[in-house]
Amino acid sequence: MDPLLFDAIAAIAKILFVWAVVLAALLPNLVLLERRGAALIQDRPGPNRVGPFGLFQALADVVKMFMKEDMVPIYADRLLYNLAPLIMMIPALTTFAVIPFGSQIPLTIGGVTHTIPLIIADVNVGILYVFALTSLGVYGIVLAGWSSNDKFSLMGGIRSSAQIISYELAMGIAATGVFLAAGSLRLPAVVEYQQTHLWNCIPQLLGCIIFVVSAFAETNRLPFDLAEAEAELVAGFHTEYSAFKFGMFFMGEYANLVAASALIVTLYFGGWSLPGLALTGLWGGIASIGIFAVKTFCFIWLFIWVRWTLPRFRYDQLMALGWKAFLPLSLLNLLWTGWLVLAGGGKF
Amino acid sequence: MSTDAPVSTVSFAPVLERKFAGRARPEASGRGDVPTISVDPASLHDVALFLRDDPSTRFDLLLDVASIDRSKLPAEQLPRDGKRFQASYILYSTRRNEHLRVKAAVPEARPSLPSLVDVWPAANWFEREAWDLMGIDFENHPNQKRLLTHNGFVGHALRKDYEAGQRWLCTEEDILQTDLASKTETAEDAFETMTLNFGPSHPATHGTLRAVFRLDGETIVAAEGECGYLHRCFEKMSESHTYSQVIPYTDRLNYCSPMINGNGYARAVEQMLGVEIPPRARAVRVILSEFSRIMDHLVCIAANLVDIGALTNFWFLFQAREEIYGLLEACCGARLTSSYARIGGLSNDVPENFVEWSRRLLVEVKKQVDEVDRLVSRNGIAMKRLRGTGLVTKENAIAWGFTGPCLRASGVPYDLRKDKPYDGYETYDFDIPVMNDGDNYSRYYVRMEEMRQSARIIEQGLSRLPSGPVNSDDYRVVLPPKEMVYNEMEGLIYHFKLVFEGIQVPAGEIYSSTEGANGELGYSIVSDGSGRPYRIKVRPPCFPLFAAFEKMVVGGMVSDAVATLGLLNIIAGELDR
Repeated sequence: MDPLLFDAIAAIAKILFVWAVVLAALLPNLVLLERRGAALIQDRPGPNRVGPFGLFQALADVVKMFMKEDMVPIYADRLLYNLAPLIMMIPALTTFAVIPFGSQIPLTIGGVTHTIPLIIADVNVGILYVFALTSLGVYGIVLAGWSSNDKFSLMGGIRSSAQIISYELAMGIAATGVFLAAGSLRLPAVVEYQQTHLWNCIPQLLGCIIFVVSAFAETNRLPFDLAEAEAELVAGFHTEYSAFKFGMFFMGEYANLVAASALIVTLYFGGWSLPGLALTGLWGGIASIGIFAVKTFCFIWLFIWVRWTLPRFRYDQLMALGWKAFLPLSLLNLLWTGWLVLAGGGKF
Repeated sequence: MSTDAPVSTVSFAPVLERKFAGRARPEASGRGDVPTISVDPASLHDVALFLRDDPSTRFDLLLDVASIDRSKLPAEQLPRDGKRFQASYILYSTRRNEHLRVKAAVPEARPSLPSLVDVWPAANWFEREAWDLMGIDFENHPNQKRLLTHNGFVGHALRKDYEAGQRWLCTEEDILQTDLASKTETAEDAFETMTLNFGPSHPATHGTLRAVFRLDGETIVAAEGECGYLHRCFEKMSESHTYSQVIPYTDRLNYCSPMINGNGYARAVEQMLGVEIPPRARAVRVILSEFSRIMDHLVCIAANLVDIGALTNFWFLFQAREEIYGLLEACCGARLTSSYARIGGLSNDVPENFVEWSRRLLVEVKKQVDEVDRLVSRNGIAMKRLRGTGLVTKENAIAWGFTGPCLRASGVPYDLRKDKPYDGYETYDFDIPVMNDGDNYSRYYVRMEEMRQSARIIEQGLSRLPSGPVNSDDYRVVLPPKEMVYNEMEGLIYHFKLVFEGIQVPAGEIYSSTEGANGELGYSIVSDGSGRPYRIKVRPPCFPLFAAFEKMVVGGMVSDAVATLGLLNIIAGELDR
């Protein structure tokens, strides 16, 4: 087989695999997980009527979203109003392209062994691509707030834009430390670096904490869910959305959540690797996917846990935290990592 | 409560006589009633200033303004001065622990009184209500417009000649938003500020309240509150029902703690009648009132924590409330609309396992409250959100007519259960939690602590719950037992009289107050000697709280307004009646 053709087929297969996992299997069930998780924390049963353990609840929710009447407010800016959910959804899904979700799988076809790296696109700008896309995602929220022509939505959109810009800065600087250590912007390089060194979360604990907390802010989850803030802004930026457009915001948020968790795992917790385990061969490749999934799931659970535990910040307190605490601290983390790299020659 | 309580007297009568010879006179007040003075409308403002400032009076807290249309009183009670309307100002002195009623009568031709808003700012909404429902005009009132009814309403509903069947459509467009905009908008900042409508159906109002904010960014520069969306004509309806038939309506006042309302109402009528209820009924009333208080605080804190984003606590606290509901249901068959109190006692005795059940409940409630306490009270984000927001100074709290937990959070230890004990509260050992900061955190924490104190009261009540009947044996008030009705002539007559004519309450007037979950719940009742109340005016504790809301939120952010509203615990049911 022509290697080029093979690569093309492999890439399409990987895209289908990732999207099938994320879109079809993970997202709806993540909603169920969140609801059952919330119920567990809140001492109540949660949705348990549709199917065994409520497993078909996700299906029922999706069907419901499709069947609902799609309403557009008469004062809305129709073009932007319709575009906003897409802008929210697509960057969230595209982020997965550069995240390595496993080591590699050798495949022998017609006597020739091909090695398929388990990443959709190993681009050399890696993390910059992720940041570029997440920055794009905020337009979804801002435009939704703006085009709905509703004061509550507008306030939600404004809050969100200010919040994401502030936290992206701290997040970016915190992540810089990781690349300083790994010496590359490519995410597979970061994972490889962590296979031979300590996981980044140990030498760069400060950066790790800043990144995780900022990820909460980036994904609009409690305690940073100010763009929605149902008690203040009714439902914030998506107050005026219904049916599947609302569903897309909903899915977009969960896609963001998975992407953020996967990114945290890749940057700070060794990605698909485990210390002392050489994950080679076909089974090694499959095991690495499993390891990555378990690690990501742990962070998804952390997101859920925190959401049902903490109260929400106020707008100005959120900004103060971002600019007055996280930004200087992330710079400090960068200095510290720089010193580590200089002192240890990158060997710590 | 004693049946032969001496007729209350006015302690500062000589000073009053010296200063306002003839223009302000003490009046004899009835059994169980508060001391009363009668004032000439022309001197009302001067007398008000004297009452507020003189060291011998010091009535700093305006509790209520009750208005009465006296035109349909029976001939022998008709006022000799021929004046149709009367306004009764209920005052309280936080320093001297004394209530006072100030009466001022005005003729039908020119029903106007000087506004006392500059003396007691709390008078603002009370006077608006009196104008709205009774048509008494308050001169120099800063904002005299309809409050509980809408702008399309014609006439004044509580006047005796108002025909209750009339319907009025509200066809006006919303004027509150344009009003506030015109008041605050200037040419320079028209672009910078925006008007935000908040309610009546907004997730944070937890009822049908409404406020309009003028926002600069997210900071509130001006605000105005509006109520009346849940006005159910409670007071008007009461006038056409017997005293007993009013009890179910009281459940709907503060629907988070219905028992307290019913008990307070029953006690007011009992005071007028001079009926003593048996010790067991008193103890049960206390126990269930305290359970209701706990329930109310649970709802308040749970809802408020939802508003600031801590959703999980809602389930912890509502779990406890749910279990208390179980007990109430076992007592009276209903969870919310309990109607348990009867004039002269209770509708029936508590279930057999009442004591053990209550003890079990206390453990459960304590567990849930402690859990939330650990989760929230020291949580950094919660403290940031609640500390220093919604500030009310001690002076403002008094001036705005605050009572209950909100007043105690501002450093005034006024609690009727201690200061004017009723139902035997003086025999219970409990503390009144007071905090001095006057912010949202204080209001939160005072409520948390009050729940523990209520649990103490309940424990004491349970340990010495007397046995015996739960109803008075005065069959002019309480229905006689069935075998007496069937076998004795006398019993049959009592039964007939009670069912057909209702309880005959002697002519007179009373202001009776109860420590409700949100503050002082006062019933001003006027009786003309018949089986139906001539006029009932409720002093809802929420009313002055919500009136002050528009002042408390200015300068804060929308999120602060939400937290403040939650911790004021505005219950639309008693706000609008």
